[in-house]
Amino acid sequence: MTTTALARKPVRWGRLALHLGCLAALLVMLYPLAWLLATSLKPADEVIASLDLLPRHLEWSNYSTALDGVNDVSIWRLLANSLLIAGGAVLGNVISCSLAAYAFARLRFRFRGPLFAFMIATIMLPHHAVLIPQYIIFNQLGLVNTYWPLILPKFLATEAFFVFLVVQFMRGLPRELEEAARIDGCGPFRSFFLVVLPLTRPALITTAIFTFIWTWNDFFTQLIYLFDPEKFTLTLALRSFVDASSTSAFGPMFAMSVIALLPIVLFFLAFQRFLVEGMASSGLKG
Amino acid sequence: MTTTTIPGRAKPATAATPKRRPRRERQGAAWVFLSPWVLGAVVLTLLPMAVSLYLSFTDYDLFNPPRWVGLRNYVQMFTEDPRYWRSVVTTLTYVVIAVPLQLALALVVAIALKSMRRGKAFYRSAFYAPSLLGASMSIALVWRAVFNDGGTVDNLFGTGGWVNQPGWALLAVALLTVWQFGAPMVIFLAGLQQIPGELYEAAAVDGAGRWRQFLSVTVPMLSPVLFFNLVLQTIQAFQVFTPAFALSAGKGGPADSTLVYTLYLYDRGFVASHMGYASAMAWVLLIVIGAVTAVLFRTSRSWVFYASEGDR
Repeated sequence: MTTTALARKPVRWGRLALHLGCLAALLVMLYPLAWLLATSLKPADEVIASLDLLPRHLEWSNYSTALDGVNDVSIWRLLANSLLIAGGAVLGNVISCSLAAYAFARLRFRFRGPLFAFMIATIMLPHHAVLIPQYIIFNQLGLVNTYWPLILPKFLATEAFFVFLVVQFMRGLPRELEEAARIDGCGPFRSFFLVVLPLTRPALITTAIFTFIWTWNDFFTQLIYLFDPEKFTLTLALRSFVDASSTSAFGPMFAMSVIALLPIVLFFLAFQRFLVEGMASSGLKG
Repeated sequence: MTTTTIPGRAKPATAATPKRRPRRERQGAAWVFLSPWVLGAVVLTLLPMAVSLYLSFTDYDLFNPPRWVGLRNYVQMFTEDPRYWRSVVTTLTYVVIAVPLQLALALVVAIALKSMRRGKAFYRSAFYAPSLLGASMSIALVWRAVFNDGGTVDNLFGTGGWVNQPGWALLAVALLTVWQFGAPMVIFLAGLQQIPGELYEAAAVDGAGRWRQFLSVTVPMLSPVLFFNLVLQTIQAFQVFTPAFALSAGKGGPADSTLVYTLYLYDRGFVASHMGYASAMAWVLLIVIGAVTAVLFRTSRSWVFYASEGDR
């Protein structure tokens, strides 16, 4: 890290003010999360009547109601559905994006330049431009209201953002290792699996984490493709609360919201370094 | 992702990789690696784009075969559908409010964090957290309650619930986006740390004050990152959906004030089953996003400054 001549001067008060400012900003920013936690524990009468953030007495039954689920589907089922989709998406993206990225970063083939440019352009392509025909294709195949439309595209490297991310990372790897492997008799496949892939692990982890969180949070695609309550994800089940927003269901609804956020929070706490750095590095090159 | 390459060896190695193996064999391997992506690009991107263009000239309800209607959908969109224009204006308003506010906040916080020695990692993560959580339905529901009648905002400012007021509802949606300034902030911060300290020292020697240093060193050096954030966030903002859906229970209300473009597209295509009309909407969105991106790239020539051009 570079420290400038200016930063080295002891400007204690300025520094203190900076910290206070940041903490104040954080308090405002974290308020919605505190509100969510507090409300998930409030009894129905307190939700409207009381303006306090903290509940006067803790209503744990909100959580047991939430565990019962929505539309007679238990929360475990919803959780399993969400995990299945997110897990499938992670697997698909990691495999397909690393394969495509290796070709773009390291192999020579005809039309590499134009195809790479096309791949970059699809990052900017609005999802809606392909959404309706994709829906029609999956509908024709009888796959609407299954998880295939949510998982299959990830195995075909449709999320160009991650291909790009992995390409950028692979370009930074020293070529000498692959050359050494080639001299030892490795073809492109073996040097991919034995040399490049293990070294690309940080980028693959970033891809996996972001895929998981984005798929978990995704609402639009799930909304379109799934309509059987048995197949709902946590996100979709939460949506059922939106339509019937009677305040008596407020506590359980937010208890369920907390449960739905929990995996993201855990991922965030466990992998924040990868997440923050993955985000930072995505913007720097290119 | 900076790798230190061995000086003197790295350059020639990339420039003239020894090609002992026959070219064709290596090409074959490349296409094997590329095959999932090629399949996806053809079947799930190119073909759907073509189909969507075709459908935009038809009446199609998913059950009966598409019926060719020429430019009917487009004419209807532009001349006979006030809700369409309402959604256009709503989306543009949203983009113009949310993107600059979000980027300004991201930049201010990144600059504040840059000079910090203690607690930087903590703040960076804490400010980033909403970027991940905010995209969820859970937080959208919190937003709806906090900005509702009797919610926190009503109690603080006494303006009544924003969610129920046509003049305010869109601002509540935009604030949810602004709240997620962490992702651009992290990118700004990384960019700020790449600016060599000597530049500031040289500017200080030349008598430049802090503000002058900001304008003459920080802004030009940061401009590529600023541009990257601007393009990315603008493209994303045009496609906003979940918060508008959640805050208005999927209706885009009150009085269509949160009827953003994609919400109306969803309504036409998947609620009303006018797939042809929705396809036409999708193509206009594609063209508009392409045009906006092109304009941004064009204007960038006059304000984006690349220190090391021709990196690759």
